[in-house]
Amino acid sequence: MPSEVTPIPSLRSAPPPPRGSVSSGNPVGTARHGPRAGWGLKLAALGGLLFLHIPLAIIVLYAFSIEEKSFVFPIPGFTTKWFAVAFEREDIRAALGLSIRVAAVSTAMALLLGTLAAAAVWRSRFFGREAISLLLILPIALPGIITGIALRSAIGLAEIEFSYWTIVLGHATFCIVVVYNNVLARFRRTNRALIEASMDLGADGFQTLRYVVLPSIATALLAGGMLAFALSFDEVIVTTFTAGQQSTLPIWMLSELIRPRQRPVTNVVAVFVIAVTFIPIVTAFYLTRDTHDVAGSSK
Amino acid sequence: MTTAAALPREDSFLQRLSTSLYLRPRLLLLMLLGPPLLWLGVIYLGSLFALLAQSFFAVDEFSGVVVQEFSLANWTGFVTNPANGDIVLRTFLMALVVTIAAALIAFPVAYYMVRFAGIRTKAVMYLGVMLPLWSSYLVRVYSWKLILAKEGIVSWVMAQLHLTWLLDAALATPVVGGPSLSTSYIGTFLVFTYIWLPFMILPVVAALERVPGSVIEASGDLGADPGQTFRKVIFPLAFPGVVAGSIFTFSLTLGDYIIPGIIGSSTPFLGQAVYSQQGVAGNIPLAAAFTVVPIVIMGIYLTLAKRLGAFDAL
Amino acid sequence: MNATGAPAVAFDRVSRTFGEVRAVDDVSFRVEDGEFFSMLGPSGSGKTTCLRLIAGFEQPSSGHIQVHGVNVGGVPPYRRDVNTVFQDYALFPHMNVGENVEYGLMIRKVPKAERRRQAEEMLAMVKLDGLYARRPGQLSGGQRQRVALARALINRPRVLLLDEPLGALDLKLRETMQAEIKAIQRHLGITFVYVTHDQGEALAMSDRLAVFNQGRIEQIGAPAEVYDHPASVFVAGFVGQTNLLDGYLAQRIGGFPATFSIRPERIRVAGEEGGFGFDIASIHGRIAAITYLGATSRLNVQVDGGELIVVEPNVDGGVAPPDRVVGAEVRLTIDRKHIQAVTDAS
Repeated sequence: MPSEVTPIPSLRSAPPPPRGSVSSGNPVGTARHGPRAGWGLKLAALGGLLFLHIPLAIIVLYAFSIEEKSFVFPIPGFTTKWFAVAFEREDIRAALGLSIRVAAVSTAMALLLGTLAAAAVWRSRFFGREAISLLLILPIALPGIITGIALRSAIGLAEIEFSYWTIVLGHATFCIVVVYNNVLARFRRTNRALIEASMDLGADGFQTLRYVVLPSIATALLAGGMLAFALSFDEVIVTTFTAGQQSTLPIWMLSELIRPRQRPVTNVVAVFVIAVTFIPIVTAFYLTRDTHDVAGSSK
Repeated sequence: MTTAAALPREDSFLQRLSTSLYLRPRLLLLMLLGPPLLWLGVIYLGSLFALLAQSFFAVDEFSGVVVQEFSLANWTGFVTNPANGDIVLRTFLMALVVTIAAALIAFPVAYYMVRFAGIRTKAVMYLGVMLPLWSSYLVRVYSWKLILAKEGIVSWVMAQLHLTWLLDAALATPVVGGPSLSTSYIGTFLVFTYIWLPFMILPVVAALERVPGSVIEASGDLGADPGQTFRKVIFPLAFPGVVAGSIFTFSLTLGDYIIPGIIGSSTPFLGQAVYSQQGVAGNIPLAAAFTVVPIVIMGIYLTLAKRLGAFDAL
Repeated sequence: MNATGAPAVAFDRVSRTFGEVRAVDDVSFRVEDGEFFSMLGPSGSGKTTCLRLIAGFEQPSSGHIQVHGVNVGGVPPYRRDVNTVFQDYALFPHMNVGENVEYGLMIRKVPKAERRRQAEEMLAMVKLDGLYARRPGQLSGGQRQRVALARALINRPRVLLLDEPLGALDLKLRETMQAEIKAIQRHLGITFVYVTHDQGEALAMSDRLAVFNQGRIEQIGAPAEVYDHPASVFVAGFVGQTNLLDGYLAQRIGGFPATFSIRPERIRVAGEEGGFGFDIASIHGRIAAITYLGATSRLNVQVDGGELIVVEPNVDGGVAPPDRVVGAEVRLTIDRKHIQAVTDAS
């Protein structure tokens, strides 16, 4: 599951496509192929996108179903009562609380470690820079089960008890790269001379950090932090290995999937999870998109 | 204007620290790199190597306790058990088919997005691919349980279209079929393809965006019709993107244990084998041996992909 | 803290190496207080590294640097009484123009009202009144340049460093800014150290200039001195246009075997009469090409042993003398006091 995010960091770390290239590429294509963007292609593209979104829409639909025992379609009737039922459930509240606490602390650690690594890679050319990037990407590039089982056996060997902190340990490990990629991409668009200018004008390293560096990477930190939060909030594979008796919301869902108890409540939780993760993703998307636009228009 | 403003001479502790770091850039680098390196290099890589090392330990057959001595017994046992070969082959074939299907669905989406969509449509499409990519994996797997259920939407649509016979025929097909969609390889394949599709679309988009408009124009000027231009110019240039995407679809399928457990027949996949070895059987050495398989397959795959220039499209 | 009468900047056998590359190679020079000093040279010649050594962004690998008599070894940039105008301006994009200019004062905890007053004053000096609240992204290249200048000057440094500040501007704007920067320097009376690769700019603005090549200084002197008496082949070729004479031509015109430099505008196209004398060398040739350059025309004249470039002012408008046609035979005269023996050290 953590591997789910891999392409984003890599896409983000690539230089943002200059706006010019989009607009210079499109008109040519449009002019030459516009009339021929035939129905076949349009349908295939639309079909692909619908394929990605219809299943999510179906979950939302089922959350309002009055049917309790099966997934019958069309749903026999509408009700909103399951939202209230789910809200009253102690186990769900506990799982949600744990997920939020894990995500918050993992995100904070990832912000710190990812930013440090990005700053190091940005500010100096040192032996093994590529190795650092590879090392950071590894926890999400390797299938989650490998990361999970490796951490589990190491935690076992070290005779540490599985707890809230072992979950955080696993989550922070794969969240670092999300922050790293976002912050490094921003650093690469930041003029190094800004730091020299600040020091030249009398600011020491810490003042430069406060007045120049942090404001320059603020939105990248926010975007990276949001994505890291979403990633941690949803993670299930590594968590199964690093959690003890606690259950995060995804673990709770997984157990419902394997042994369904109250299907409508699971549907409601699924809708809730979709909503909670969409907000940070859309926010992160707009945060990073804006900076591309600013960078493009000032040129 | 000629009097220079005197700089304050007394340094605070922070200023002195800043100065000594400024004059020792290597120390600063070490301080920046130290914490993340310790975390990932020691905790993470250490765990990984410890796991791989354990594949050379053996389990005592009577007590079930891991014996911490170098032994190839675990590996010989792993290689000689034909069931393990079946698991690896089954997973490999599934990864292959899923990769091909994802590429076929992804290409038109990416192609339309880059070549024909306006700036606004493109942003909407981009977000449309990003959202499922980042949103909950488990919820998305779950949605297929609703869709593929016997009483669910697929059966209903097929019945409305009077195509129930087709569905039954598909399920009656040997090997891939099964009692219902959600307990057949067809179901597993659908869910894998659905879950990993965004990972294919984005690299293809990135590769297509790098095809300059001028190249397409040049091809047209030289007399190629759009079909020829697509086959001879656009597709070869975008192919590294497909290979880059396939790295993800392939790797993720190899390692997943949740999807085939929820949607599919009861025959195990690689990830499930690892999971049950370590979880149920407590046989970490055998589980470790299983994890080496996807690592090796991906190593070979990445080497091939690098030759094909896929890394530039990442 | 500063010894009076000490030079503004003094380099004593300074080297700076980056791995195998000697970016600055055993360089010594002094910049006097209040001087407009230029460091001129092609890219990679070490001039920018010297500037960065003065600013404190680099530390010398060997040798000593003094700023106003104080050894600055181990002093970070923020403790130096020196400010810099950066090549690409390096304006803080997240601050408006006023906040950029005030930055140095903000760091020194000057009260807000006072900061604002001084920033407005600085903006007025660089003719940007009323742009206090703009964002750097909304400014033209020339305006950003002025903001960078105001920001560097607000700390009232004793030495201002300028790193190719006009490099990104178009020709017309460059000329205006050259005059303005020069005027500001005169008005403030502080030392300017100016890095450029444009020899015309260095000649026009400097009190003295240093010509850099491959990490070393080839020559230091006032503009006219460097132009009229280039010390080396490199300087003769880099500062202005020149004819380099060697072999037969050197013997014939210079009188002894060496390499000589003669500026194209110092060669006269004489008639058959006049222009004789002991100090005058005379040589016949044929015009191979004429290029009209507006204020002047350039003649390529084929002579025995080579080709000479001659530049003549176009004093009579479009009416050129009758013998200024391609193929015409002409006699060139050169006053020997204008020729300069140059070494080919590099």
